[in-house]
Amino acid sequence: MNPSGTTIAVAVLLLVTIAGYALFAGADLGGGIWDLLAGGDKRGAAPREEIDLSVTPVWEGNHVWIIFGLVVFWTGFPSAFSAVMIALFVPLAVSLLGIVLRGVGFAFRHEAERLSTKRLYGAIFAASSLVTPFFLGTVVGAVVTGAVPANPTGNILSAWTSPTAIVTGLLFVATCAYISGVYLVADADRRGRPDMARYFRRRSVAAGVVAGILAAIDLVLLRETAPYLWPRLLGPALPAVVVSVMGGIAALVLLHGNRPHLLRGAAALAVVGVVAGWGVAQYPWVLPGAVTLAESSAPEPAQVALFVALGLAVLLVLPAFVWLYWLHQHERLLESEPAPVPPPVPPPPAVATAKGTYSGNAAAGVIRPAPDPHPVLETAVIGLIVGRVVRDLMRQLVHRRNRRV
Amino acid sequence: MSASLHVLAEGDIPARVQMGASLGFHIIFACFGMAFPTVMLIAHWIGIRRGDEVALVLAQRWSRVGAVIFAVGAVSGTVLSYELGLLWPGLMGNYGSAFGIPFAIEGIWFFVEAIFMAIYLYGWRRLSPWVHWWSGTPMVVAGLLGAFAVVAANSWMNQPSGFTLQNGRIATVDPWAVVFNRATPYEVPHMILAAYMVVGFVVAGVYAVGLLRGQRDRYHRLGFLIPFSVGAVASPLQVIMGDILARAVANQQPIKFAAMELVDNTGRGVTEWLGGIYWNGEVYFGIGVPYLDSILVGFSPNTEVIGWNSVPPELRVPLPNLVHLSFTGMVAIGTGLMVLSAWQAWVWKFRREVLSTKWFLIPAALSGFAAIAAMEMGWIVTEVGRQPWVVYGLLLTADAVTPASGVPITLAVMIVIYGILTITCIGVPWLMSRRWRAQGTAARGEDTVQTPYGPPPSRMEERPV
Repeated sequence: MNPSGTTIAVAVLLLVTIAGYALFAGADLGGGIWDLLAGGDKRGAAPREEIDLSVTPVWEGNHVWIIFGLVVFWTGFPSAFSAVMIALFVPLAVSLLGIVLRGVGFAFRHEAERLSTKRLYGAIFAASSLVTPFFLGTVVGAVVTGAVPANPTGNILSAWTSPTAIVTGLLFVATCAYISGVYLVADADRRGRPDMARYFRRRSVAAGVVAGILAAIDLVLLRETAPYLWPRLLGPALPAVVVSVMGGIAALVLLHGNRPHLLRGAAALAVVGVVAGWGVAQYPWVLPGAVTLAESSAPEPAQVALFVALGLAVLLVLPAFVWLYWLHQHERLLESEPAPVPPPVPPPPAVATAKGTYSGNAAAGVIRPAPDPHPVLETAVIGLIVGRVVRDLMRQLVHRRNRRV
Repeated sequence: MSASLHVLAEGDIPARVQMGASLGFHIIFACFGMAFPTVMLIAHWIGIRRGDEVALVLAQRWSRVGAVIFAVGAVSGTVLSYELGLLWPGLMGNYGSAFGIPFAIEGIWFFVEAIFMAIYLYGWRRLSPWVHWWSGTPMVVAGLLGAFAVVAANSWMNQPSGFTLQNGRIATVDPWAVVFNRATPYEVPHMILAAYMVVGFVVAGVYAVGLLRGQRDRYHRLGFLIPFSVGAVASPLQVIMGDILARAVANQQPIKFAAMELVDNTGRGVTEWLGGIYWNGEVYFGIGVPYLDSILVGFSPNTEVIGWNSVPPELRVPLPNLVHLSFTGMVAIGTGLMVLSAWQAWVWKFRREVLSTKWFLIPAALSGFAAIAAMEMGWIVTEVGRQPWVVYGLLLTADAVTPASGVPITLAVMIVIYGILTITCIGVPWLMSRRWRAQGTAARGEDTVQTPYGPPPSRMEERPV
């Protein structure tokens, strides 16, 4: 049975959220990896600050991609989702642990005062940035190799500890570091920090080369371990794979030039190409060898509802997201320590004469409307209104109840 | 001991405990996501409109605290969406295509809120005051609509609708009917009002402590009054809403209502129990008001109330006493908060003052804890009261739980992390306030007062004098 058009569209949507997570949150995760590798307090201070400036204002928005991904997966392909969640309980739980610790590290390390606590939260943030992509990578590796059955009866350790899954996990880590490095080069250039741009340029080249080698190893492994994927990977998915490789090479070359937008585009292309290639190669399976798209797809109205939600997202989220990035790229978003409370101002001679008017003087400290001149009357009116409302409410409820009976 | 531990680790208990703990933790932070932007923006508006620098400082400090809380909420919310799959694959596998739709909608609102939170938090320096204020308003709207979507999903578990089943699989879905199920119009406003109460009273409580310590300056009075007013407006509405909701539950989920009110046998002229523990057909230690339960359900002592004996034992709520005591506690706290609010409202109306008596300030300082407790008890009522069902009348919790081993381990890890997180979430704002206080005393000695809208400190130094 061939999957319907909307089912394919939902699958594409799922891939888009995965690519979105990789491009945006992946870059933030990579920032954490560079933070981890930046060295001691002194040596690592400058790159850490650079990473912090780039990542902090945007990470929460970027993080939402994974929630979207989960929602699209369980709404679009509920039975496959449930199988993945059972079989790959362990790596998913560990990646969740990483996400939690990373968020906590983010939230608190700016508020920590002492160096030791700062270091602790920084370490939590950095270490979890390594854990999350690795274990998410093993999940993808397990799915790709067809290690997830349709109806698992418990977690399957061998599914995500196969060499392919482990290499995929490492590939995810290297890719995050690479993407992040590329973004950081562009950011540092824009902020006028050529030393930092050089620093991240060297590192992104290294990460890019490592990612390329890991990808090559992964391909070799897939040939043996992914019987469902391999033929299509060299067939219909080949253009996407080629695009990805070209993007990766182009980005490595562009790193030495001075074209930040082109550079980002090329690096993004490399990632998007991989995701697209994966999608095409895996068609028509959700879980290769076990569950097809058509078998596990949700009823059409649910799929349509997903697209309505997507339309809303495009209408609402996209402009906001663009504005956030625009403000961020134009250095309009800065961390600011709250101001101290202004010293008390002596109360002005006459605050207000009539009800509801305030003294126009802005510095006039105490702003307090005059008390009411007619307490008894007001009480009576309030009492009357409340009594009316309560009576009407009771009447309506009694009425409705009678009608039903 | 080891035998009882073994029993606790069996079946769906660890998964249920983990889900309950995650929800109970997240919901406090979600409340801040829903309602804290409103409180911030009120202070911010007063600050800009009236040129009130104290209000601006309050708004800025709150936004700083809000960002931390919001980040923790984002993370603990992710935990919940993961756990829906990790712990309850039976629920998601069978009903994901219906149940997932409200979550898709919520995701969008969460996204919007996260984006504008970033803009608002980091916009104090370089955005013009009104642009900055308006950049905060989408947070309020997104908070409300996001709450609507998620609570609609929970309502759907209580009153599943909008789909047809074929061989146990969902065959067709009506997304509109999923979102607007029969319980949505009752649960959603109840939760939103609860969020406004929690945030209002928690924030007011912090400043009430300052007022109690004798710091009766404008900063503390305004910091108390703005959030307290928000809570005070919400609390009477909440009492009315809660009453309507209880009647809806009696109608839609009679067995849950029976547990809430300790009704074992169906009958007329049913006694309303305030407090009390049910044991072997008798209620001990409770105050019984004859006929009141029937009157509350149907405005007549003759109304029939369905008891839990009308269904077989395996379909009854497992812990009726917990549900009943939580329900009673929630109602008691809600009523108490309404009275407290009315007292301050009265004094404000006629004297334009913040009450300074200890008899008011001590309960006010504790009102935040009380509001959180009431909200948690409300969730216990709705979640434990729905048991043994996960989707009411369709799917048993025991059938939805994951067969994967390892849940007790994740539960243990989660309890440790959330414990530390709770301590940090209280500790960090406390440290912040200490730092700000120290800063305030230092700044008072200097001539320059740094205002929220101005050049950043580094630039001030750069300026030629």
